[in-house]
Amino acid sequence: MSQRMILSAGLRRSLAATTLVVLVVIYVPLALVLVNSFNADNTFGWPPESLTLRWWKLAWHSQGARDALWTSIQVALAATAIALVLGTLAAMGLRRTRFFGRNVVSLLIILPIALPGIVTGLAFQNGFRTILGIQLSLWTIVIAHATFCIVTVFNNVQARFQRLGGSLEQASMDLGAGRWTTFRLVTFPMLRSALLAGALLSFGLSFDEIVVTTFTASSHDQTLPIWIFQNLFRPNQAPVVNVVAAVLVVASAVPIYLAQRLSGSTAEGLTGAR
Amino acid sequence: MSTAISVRGLSKHFGDVRAVDDLDLDIADGEFFSMLGPSGSGKTTVLRLIAGFEEPTAGRILLGEEDVTRRPPFARDVNTVFQDYAIFPHMSVRQNVEYGLRVKKVGKAERRRRAEEALATVRLEGYADRRPHQLSGGQRQRVALARALVNRPQVLLLDEPLGALDLQLRREMQIELKEIQREVGITFVFVTHDQEEALTMSDRIAVFNEGRIEQLATPVELYDRPASAFVAGFVGSSNLLQGEAARDLLGVEGSFVIRPEKLQLVSEAPTESGRLSAPGVVREVVYLGASTTSVVELDAGPTVTVSHQNTDTSIDAALERRDQRVVVTWRRDHLVSLGSPDPAASPEEETA
Repeated sequence: MSQRMILSAGLRRSLAATTLVVLVVIYVPLALVLVNSFNADNTFGWPPESLTLRWWKLAWHSQGARDALWTSIQVALAATAIALVLGTLAAMGLRRTRFFGRNVVSLLIILPIALPGIVTGLAFQNGFRTILGIQLSLWTIVIAHATFCIVTVFNNVQARFQRLGGSLEQASMDLGAGRWTTFRLVTFPMLRSALLAGALLSFGLSFDEIVVTTFTASSHDQTLPIWIFQNLFRPNQAPVVNVVAAVLVVASAVPIYLAQRLSGSTAEGLTGAR
Repeated sequence: MSTAISVRGLSKHFGDVRAVDDLDLDIADGEFFSMLGPSGSGKTTVLRLIAGFEEPTAGRILLGEEDVTRRPPFARDVNTVFQDYAIFPHMSVRQNVEYGLRVKKVGKAERRRRAEEALATVRLEGYADRRPHQLSGGQRQRVALARALVNRPQVLLLDEPLGALDLQLRREMQIELKEIQREVGITFVFVTHDQEEALTMSDRIAVFNEGRIEQLATPVELYDRPASAFVAGFVGSSNLLQGEAARDLLGVEGSFVIRPEKLQLVSEAPTESGRLSAPGVVREVVYLGASTTSVVELDAGPTVTVSHQNTDTSIDAALERRDQRVVVTWRRDHLVSLGSPDPAASPEEETA
């Protein structure tokens, strides 16, 4: 309401136009991917002469795409699980104690998400192969992904702790609950939506990671992004890749929507609303 | 009467700050005991030490006969009503109230019965199924109280529980809290910075200043016989007469306080014995509804505040006194000596 008073009509119109342009630039190519997945022409001639479900059938039966999808899901689930446990523990550990270097530890936990993927990837490849002498496998991908997935959980949990303070847990202990009971009945329920939001982001981060994965995957472990990248320029696979991309566009909208709703409803969640 | 809480040589230092400084304290069983003081005076820290949320730097805390100094909060038979209530937002009112019994593995039927009872005590019958966010501030406060009372602790600790309520509700809750305390017979230890609140509810009050108890007394004693200028200034308002002014006006050495309502404004110095008076000029007149406060600059130097009930004198008459010369008069036995070096010279001795 008050914005209407402050901004002139002309300015409002130009802001609206800018917003529209930005949205068009972002979403038209995505829409193109969706439409092309039904394009009968396998070189994606525009406009599509006719529509077909052939590529969808082909993609559905593509063993390579299925394997890659399953690999990606396994990696993302494992990395998210590790991130949930370690991220929560780290946030809890840094919450009460005021030790020397507390901020340094906090920074070290958050840093991996800002590091360029190529640096992280190289470092892990060196670390695993040269220093530790470990064969690259699914687990090396999981560990590498977990380093930056932890950040999303850590940040979400820490923010929740900061907002809630400690008096709820003190109240629980005051009423006779031990430390574990307090965690089970008070701390965990308090963190639930923060954990879910952190986990969704973490899953998404791991799922579409390609740079770090390239360096930490063995030659026979293919995650979906790597499979897409490798098949993109094979003419007979391109339509299938397009279908997979279309599926991913739709599939990734769901967790983002959920994560947004969860963090948007935290204000209500805090006061106990559902 | 037996002792509910004994505190011996209790200290809590936060770095260089002595939040609590070598404190000794005994709180009797069934007493409504208040800890009064400005923020940072250590009163809340004492409460948190008793509850077990802080570990003392030195000293001991006894609950009844038991030494609980090193015990965690969940192993002490005390319960706390928090300043922000700390109601669990993800539980219903009933679940909140039953919490303490639930973690102590009390059976479901018993739990439910006692929760209903506790809710009835705080006059919240019929609210058991509500969610905390559906309650007003005053109702949340009652839930917090019921959640603590349901455990029938030896001692209930209350950390400025009325601070967040508006004035009207706070006054109601003060009286109600006192009633509830009489009803359940549990020792209440009440932390507040509001002197009126402490005077209204307490059996005894400890006035805190800089981690120490400045005075421990009943409300009447505290108000009528403050032990120090700090207490006199913090509990109610008062006029301090000391040094040269004391010698000139009272003819005695020492520091004295007198409450504003014990002073009167008259036009001529009275002659009756036992009354003292001093001339001055009215500098300010403040109308407060039930009473009027006048600020008078005495010729002898100090400025005093005079308060009188607006019973018959019209406010116009009072307001007209601004900048007028008046005589302030008071009874000698209303003066309170603050640790006079010579007790024989203390005016309060005359009434004793």
